[in-house]
Amino acid sequence: MHGFRTLFFKEVLRFWKVSFQTVLAPLVSTLLYLLVFAQVMADHAEIYPGVSYAAFLIPGLVMMSMLQNAFANSSSSLVQSKVTGNIVFVLLAPLSPGEFYGAYVLASMVRGVLVGLVVFLAAWAFVEIPVREPLWAVVFGLLATILSGTLGVLAGIWAEKFDQMAVWQNFVILPLTFLSGAFYTLHSLPSFWAGLSRFNPFFYAIDGFRYGFLGNGDVSPWQSLLIVGGTCFALSWTTLALLRKGWRLRT
Amino acid sequence: MVPAIEIRGADKHYGSLHALKAVDLTVDSGDFFALLGPNGAGKTTLINLLSGLSRPDGGILKVMGHDVVRDYLQARRNLGVVPQELVFDPFFTVRETLKIQSGYFGLRKNDEWIDDLLHNLQLSDKAEANMRALSGGMKRRVLIAQALVHRPPVIVLDEPTAGVDVALRQSLWKFIQRLNREGHTILLTTHYLEEAETLCRRVAILRQGQIVADDTTENLLQSSASGKLEDVFVALMQDEDELAEP
Ligand SMILES: Nc1ncnc2c1ncn2[C@@H]1O[C@H](COP(=O)(O)OP(=O)(O)O)[C@@H](O)[C@H]1O
Ligand SMILES: [Mg+2]
Repeated sequence: MHGFRTLFFKEVLRFWKVSFQTVLAPLVSTLLYLLVFAQVMADHAEIYPGVSYAAFLIPGLVMMSMLQNAFANSSSSLVQSKVTGNIVFVLLAPLSPGEFYGAYVLASMVRGVLVGLVVFLAAWAFVEIPVREPLWAVVFGLLATILSGTLGVLAGIWAEKFDQMAVWQNFVILPLTFLSGAFYTLHSLPSFWAGLSRFNPFFYAIDGFRYGFLGNGDVSPWQSLLIVGGTCFALSWTTLALLRKGWRLRT
Repeated sequence: MVPAIEIRGADKHYGSLHALKAVDLTVDSGDFFALLGPNGAGKTTLINLLSGLSRPDGGILKVMGHDVVRDYLQARRNLGVVPQELVFDPFFTVRETLKIQSGYFGLRKNDEWIDDLLHNLQLSDKAEANMRALSGGMKRRVLIAQALVHRPPVIVLDEPTAGVDVALRQSLWKFIQRLNREGHTILLTTHYLEEAETLCRRVAILRQGQIVADDTTENLLQSSASGKLEDVFVALMQDEDELAEP
C-alpha cells in the first residue's frame, strides 16, 4: 500500500513541479477559447431557455480541459519514463499491476480535476453559471478523468517514442474532444456528425457534466452514466489485463 | 540453505534470435559471483529475466527461493539491481530519488540508511542536487544506492564500473566487498577480467546464450597454463569459433 502511495505521490509531484506547463498553460488556453467563442456566439440563440451561450459553453470547456489534462498526465509520464529508461525503477519494485494502474490514473485524476477547478473558478469570475445538480457534475468529473487517465496509461504503455504519442493526441484525443459537443448541442449538428457523436463516450461525459450545472442535457444523465461508466470499466479491465501480461513494458 | 539465485532452463527468444538457451545457474547465499561473456552473450538478458524486466519463454528463475514470475513481489523485495544503462529521473534530486525508491519498497522511514548510503558512496554533498546536474560516475553511484535502499539480500550489478575512473572504481569495489562481508550475495558482470579474478569467488561465462564455464575462480585459473582469467576466457571463445554453427 505504501508503494502505491509513493508512486501516486511521485506522479503528482512530477506535474506539480512544472505546474506552469501543466496547470497554468491549460488554464490560459481554455480561457482564450472562452473569450473568443463567447464573444462570437454572444448573439446566438439561447440553447436552453434562460441560459446564456457562455454558461452553456463553460461546463463543456471545463470538461474538455479535464479530459485532455488527465490523458496528458499519465501518457506523457509513461512515455517519458520509457524513452529515458527510468521506467525500470517502477518495474523493479514490488508493485502489483493494480497498484501501478491505480497510481497513474489517480494522479491523472488529480491533475484533471485541478485544471478543471481552476478553469471553472476563473470563468465563474466573469460569467454567471448555475450549479443545479452538483452531484452529477462531481460524478461525471471523476468518471471522465478515470476514463481519460486510463486511455493515457494505455497510450503510454503502447507508445515507445514521443511521435507515437502525438498520433494518439492528434488522431484519438483531439477528434474525441472536439466531436463531443463541448461547443454546441447535438441538435445543431448535421445528422451524420450527430450520429457519429453518439458513439463518442466523451460526448456523454460532457453532456452529463453539463447537466450537473444547467439541469438540462441532450440525453438523460442516467444514460450518460451508463455509457461513461461502462467505457471506464471496459478500458480499465483491458489495461489491467495488459499490465498483468507485461505488454510492451516487460519485453 | 536455499540458494540466493537459482536458474533452471531459462530460455529467451527475441524474434529469430535465441538469446538464452536453457541456462542453468546457481548462486549460493553469501557468494561473490561474476557473470562474464563478450558483448551480446546474454548477460543483461539473464539479469532482466531475474529482475522481472523481461519475461522468460521457458524455465524457472528464483531469488531466495521465490519464483520471479509467480511470487514476483517477494522475489523483487529480495533483489537489488543496478542496471547497465545510466538511467535517472530528471525531475528529482538525489535524495528525492532515494526516498521515492524506498517508498516503492514500502519503506516509510529510511532516512538513516539513505544518509549511510550517500556517505559510503561519497554522495553526501550531492544529496540536494538535481539528478541532471551529476556526472556519469555520480549517476552510477546513485543507481547503486537506489538498488540498495531496501537492503536486499541479493545484489546484482550489471557492469557497475563501466565508464568509472580508476580511483572511484577502487572505492566502489571496497564498498561492494563490504556488503558481501555483511552477508549480501553479489552477482556482477564486468568487462574488466582482472577485477573478476581478484574479487569474485566464483565465475560463470556466457557465450551466445549458453553457459560454457561455471566454477570457482581458483579452479578456472588452475586450468590455464598462465594462471590468468583472460587466457581462460580467450580459450573458451576460440572453442566457440570451432563449434560455430554453419
Ligand atoms: N529487447 C531486445 N530486443 C531484441 N534483441 C535484444 C533485446 N535485448 C537484447 N537483445 C539481443 O540479445 C542478445 C543478448 O544481449 P544482452 O543480454 O544485452 O548481452 P550482454 O549483456 O551480454 O552484452 C544480443 O544479441 C542483443 O542484441
Ligand atoms: Mg549487458
